[in-house]
Amino acid sequence: MIPKEYQDKLSKSIVDELEANIPSNSSDAKIKKILDATVAEYQDAQVEAGESVGVISAESIGEPGTQMTLNTFHFAGVAEMNVTMGLPRIIEILDGRKNISTPMMEIFLKKPWSTGKDIKQLARLIKETRVKEIATEIAINIVERTIEIKLDSEQMKALSITEAILLKAVQKPVKGYNNKIKDDVLIMKMKGKDDSLNDLYKAKEKVKEVQIRGVKGITQVLPVKRGEEYIIITAGSNLKDILKMEEVDETRTTSNDIFEIEATFGVEAARQSIINEVYKVIESQGLNVDIRHIMLVADTMCASGKVKGITRYGVVSEKASVLARASFETPIKHIINAALIGEVDKLNSVVENVMLNQPIPIGTGLPELIIKTRKKE
Amino acid sequence: MTEVYLNSKFAGNVDNATEFVESIKEERRKSNITGNLNVHFNENSDKIEIDVSRGRARRPLIIVKNGRPLLTEEHIQKLEKKEMSWSDLVKEGIIEYLDAAEEENTYVAFFEKDVTAEHTHLEISPLAMTGLATSLVPYGNFNQSTRLNAGSKNQKQALGFYAANFAVRMDMDVNILHTPQVPLVGTIMHEIAGYDKHPAGQNIVVAIMSFKGYNMEDAIILNQGSIDRGLGRSSYFRPSTAEELRYAGGLVDEISVPDKDVKGYKSEQDYRLLEGDGIIYPEAVIAEGDVIIGKTSPPRFLSSLDEYSLASSTRRESSVNAKHGEVGVIDFVCITENEEGNKLVQVRVRDQRMPEIGDKFTSRHGQKGVVGLVVPQQDMPFSASGIVPDLLFSPHGIPSRMTIAHLIELVAGKTGALSGRHINGTTFDAEPEERIRKELQELGFRENGSETLYNGETGEAFEAKIFIGDMYYLKLKHMVANKLHSRARGPIQLLTRQPTEGRAKEGGLRLGEMEKDTFVAHGASLLLKERFDSDKTIVPICEECGLIAIKDEFKNKSYCPLCGENTPISNIEISYAFKLMLDEFKSLGIYPKLQLKGKY
Repeated sequence: MIPKEYQDKLSKSIVDELEANIPSNSSDAKIKKILDATVAEYQDAQVEAGESVGVISAESIGEPGTQMTLNTFHFAGVAEMNVTMGLPRIIEILDGRKNISTPMMEIFLKKPWSTGKDIKQLARLIKETRVKEIATEIAINIVERTIEIKLDSEQMKALSITEAILLKAVQKPVKGYNNKIKDDVLIMKMKGKDDSLNDLYKAKEKVKEVQIRGVKGITQVLPVKRGEEYIIITAGSNLKDILKMEEVDETRTTSNDIFEIEATFGVEAARQSIINEVYKVIESQGLNVDIRHIMLVADTMCASGKVKGITRYGVVSEKASVLARASFETPIKHIINAALIGEVDKLNSVVENVMLNQPIPIGTGLPELIIKTRKKE
Repeated sequence: MTEVYLNSKFAGNVDNATEFVESIKEERRKSNITGNLNVHFNENSDKIEIDVSRGRARRPLIIVKNGRPLLTEEHIQKLEKKEMSWSDLVKEGIIEYLDAAEEENTYVAFFEKDVTAEHTHLEISPLAMTGLATSLVPYGNFNQSTRLNAGSKNQKQALGFYAANFAVRMDMDVNILHTPQVPLVGTIMHEIAGYDKHPAGQNIVVAIMSFKGYNMEDAIILNQGSIDRGLGRSSYFRPSTAEELRYAGGLVDEISVPDKDVKGYKSEQDYRLLEGDGIIYPEAVIAEGDVIIGKTSPPRFLSSLDEYSLASSTRRESSVNAKHGEVGVIDFVCITENEEGNKLVQVRVRDQRMPEIGDKFTSRHGQKGVVGLVVPQQDMPFSASGIVPDLLFSPHGIPSRMTIAHLIELVAGKTGALSGRHINGTTFDAEPEERIRKELQELGFRENGSETLYNGETGEAFEAKIFIGDMYYLKLKHMVANKLHSRARGPIQLLTRQPTEGRAKEGGLRLGEMEKDTFVAHGASLLLKERFDSDKTIVPICEECGLIAIKDEFKNKSYCPLCGENTPISNIEISYAFKLMLDEFKSLGIYPKLQLKGKY
C-alpha cells in the first residue's frame, strides 16, 4: 500500500504503524498527503547534524545521578536478598565490570510450573546445596583414619535430601574412600593404608564443598508471584546451566550479569541488557531520563562488537586523538606511547580543539566555508 | 579477671571489677586521688578504662546516694552566705565531673523530684546539657536540635563588643558593633556569662511577612530608617604592618618617604598622605592603592651592578599600600620595635560598615539570612500604633525548619518591650508562654502577637493579620563589602598567562570543565572559543620542522632556530597553555611537530 519511495524515507516501525492505521478505502491522493506529512514530521524529529548528542546524554544521565540515594534494594522472603541499586550499580554497569557485586537471575517457567506447581521443590532443586550446609560437625578421627560428618537430619528433611542422594554425591568427587551412613553420621574411611594425615585433612576440606544438588553459582532462591505467574528469583547467576532445564522458559529468563548475557546470547542482547538494567535503576529512584540517552551509551559500549566499559581501558582507549586520551586519565602513559610511535593527532574532535583554543567541530563550528578559486591564467 | 587500662594503655588485671571501680570513685570523691580522673567499666568487653588524659569534655553532676542527692538545703544556704564555694562542693564529693565514658555507667535524673534509689546522679540544671553558646538560645527546648546547633554556631560569628580595649589592640580582621544591646529575651546564661558586658546583637522589631518577593529563599528586608538610626552599624578594623628588616652586610630597610629615584617608585599622588617620617597620619582617608607606610629596601642582589646608577637609586621600593578594593580611615598608628629590636610600624585602618544588600543577619535560632532589599521607612508596613518593623522575615522559613522558639521569642520580646522588663527564656526553665500571652493581652494587644498592618505605599490595611514583635538579631561577620568581586581584565599568571585566581589577586572566575560542557552541548562552538581566549597568543611556526620559530621584532623578521631564515614561517593563534605544553614536551625529549594546513 505504501509506495517504495516512502518506505525508504521512513523507519520500518513507522511504516508498519501507518499500514495498520490507514483505512483501506483511502484514496491515493489522501494517502500521499498523509505520507508527506509523516515524512516531514519524521525528519523534523531527527537529530540535526552537529548536535552534541554525547554531551547531552552524559549531562542527562549525570545530573539526575547526583540525586540518587539508597543503594541497595531489599528482597524480603524466607531467605533475605540484597541487590545493589542506585549509583553504585550504574557505575558497575557503565564501567563494564566483569564481576558484579550482586549477580541475580529471574527465571521464568513453562506451564504447568509457572502456575505454581511444585514451585518450592523446583526452587530447591536449582539452589546449590553443599555438604557443609547439612552437616553440624565435620571431624577427623585420627585413630580410625576416617572423616566423620554429623548430619543435620532435620535440615536434610527440609531440603528433601536422602542418605542415598548424599552418598551418591560424595562418591565421585572424593575418591579412595569407603562411605557409609550410620546413626546420622557419614563415615568416610580411607581405602588405602599409607595415606598421610595431610591427605585426610585435604579430603575433609574437599568434602565440605562437595555439591550435592543444584546449579552451580546459585546461592539463594526465592519463588515469587509476579502478576499471574510464578517466577524464581535467584542470587547468583548461571544462565548456561539454567537454560538447559526443561522447566525453564528460555525465551524470557534473564540475568543481570551483562557479560554472562554477552557470552550466552551475544552483543545485541548485552546492549539491550545494559539499557534495561540502567533504566531499571533510574526508574527505581523515581527519576526521569529519556531512554534514548541510555541507548546511546549502550551503543557506544557495544560498538566494537564486545562489551566495553567507559573507562580508560575500555571505550576511551579507542579514541583516535592522543590529546583526547591524555586529557582523560593517565596522560603520561598516552603521551609517551604516542611519542614512541610518532602518532599524529588530526585534531578532529572536541577536547583537542578546546586545548588549542580552536573552534570545536560541533554545532556552529561544524560547517566550513569552501570557496572555489579560479585558476589564474 | 577484668583488664584495666590507664590512658588506653594496659595496666593490669583485677578480680572484682565493680568493687574496684567503686573504690576508685570513692577515693576520688574523698579527694585522695586527682579529681581529673574518670573511670569507665565496660561490661560487654569486660574492661575498665581509667582516663586522666587531657582534652576530654567533662561536665559536673550532683552525686545521688540511696535515692538522695548529696547537695542539701544546708549547702545552698552556705553558698548564698558565701561560706562555701563551688570548689568546696567538688572537694567534699558532692559534685563531680564526668566525662563521656564514665557517663555510660550512670543513671542521671533530670529533676530532684524524679530521683529514685536507682539513680546515681542528678542534673544541676537541665541547661547544663547544652554548651555555652547553645544555652544562649532562648526557649531552646522548643527548637529542633539541628536548628539549635545552627543557632549556636551563628552566634559565634556575630559582631559585638569583643574586648573593651579594642581601641588599643592590633587584632587582625575584627569588627565592633556600634550600639550593641542586651537581649530582651535572655537566658540565665546571659547573667552567668556577663553578656551585658560584651553583647553582640540588637533588639529590633520583626514582622513575619513577605514583601514583594524580596525576602524569598531566606532573604530579609531592612528598613532604611532603622539603618539611618544605627541598626546593624559596625566598624571594621584591619592592621597593616611594616618592619625595618636587617640584611647581611649591614644593610637595612628604611621606613621613610621613598626618593623619586628609587626602583619601583609609584607616583607622587600615591605618597601624598605620608608625613615626614614616612608613615600616614591618623584620620587620613585612604583609597585603593594609597601608600600607608613608605618603605625602601636595599637591592636584592649586592652584585647586581648592571644598572649604571648611583647607590641610592639601587634601593627598591617596598611600601605597604591599601589592598585592592580597600577603603577607610586611618584609625591608629603605632611605632614600636619587635623581639629582634627592629623598628616596627603598625597602622590600623577603620571602615564604617552600614548594613547593605548582601549583608548577613540572623536570629538566635539558626534562621540566618541575607539582606535582599532595603526599603525607605515611608514604604514599610506600619501598625495602628505607628510601629514600623525594622526587619521583615519570610514566613516560608518557619514550617520546614520548625523553629518554634523563634516565634515564642518574638511574642516574649514584644511583651518584654511593652512591659519594660527582661524575660527569662532559659532552656527547660523559661517563663511559660501562656503567662506571656496573658500579659500581652492585658497590655492591650492580641495575645497571639499578630496585628493589623497597613501597606506603607497605599495606606490600605493588609487582609491578613501580621505576626509582629521584638527579637534579638545578630549581624554576622560575613559582609558583602569583604566579598564583592568582579573583573573584566586584570592580572595574569606568569607561567600560564591565564587570569589569576581569587579576590585578593583580582582574579577571574573560572569557567570550568563542566561549564565548558554546557557550551559544547549547545553547539556554541565559536562562543566557547571566545570564552577561552584569555590566554591566546600568536606563535610563529616553522613549516619545515613544525617547531616554534622566533620573531625578531627589531628586524621585523621571523626565523627558525633549526632551519634558518629561508624557511616558510606562518603565524598561528593558539592558547598559551598549549604552547607551554609543547615546550614541556620538548623538555621531555618529545618532538611535538605541528603540521600546518591552509584554512581555505
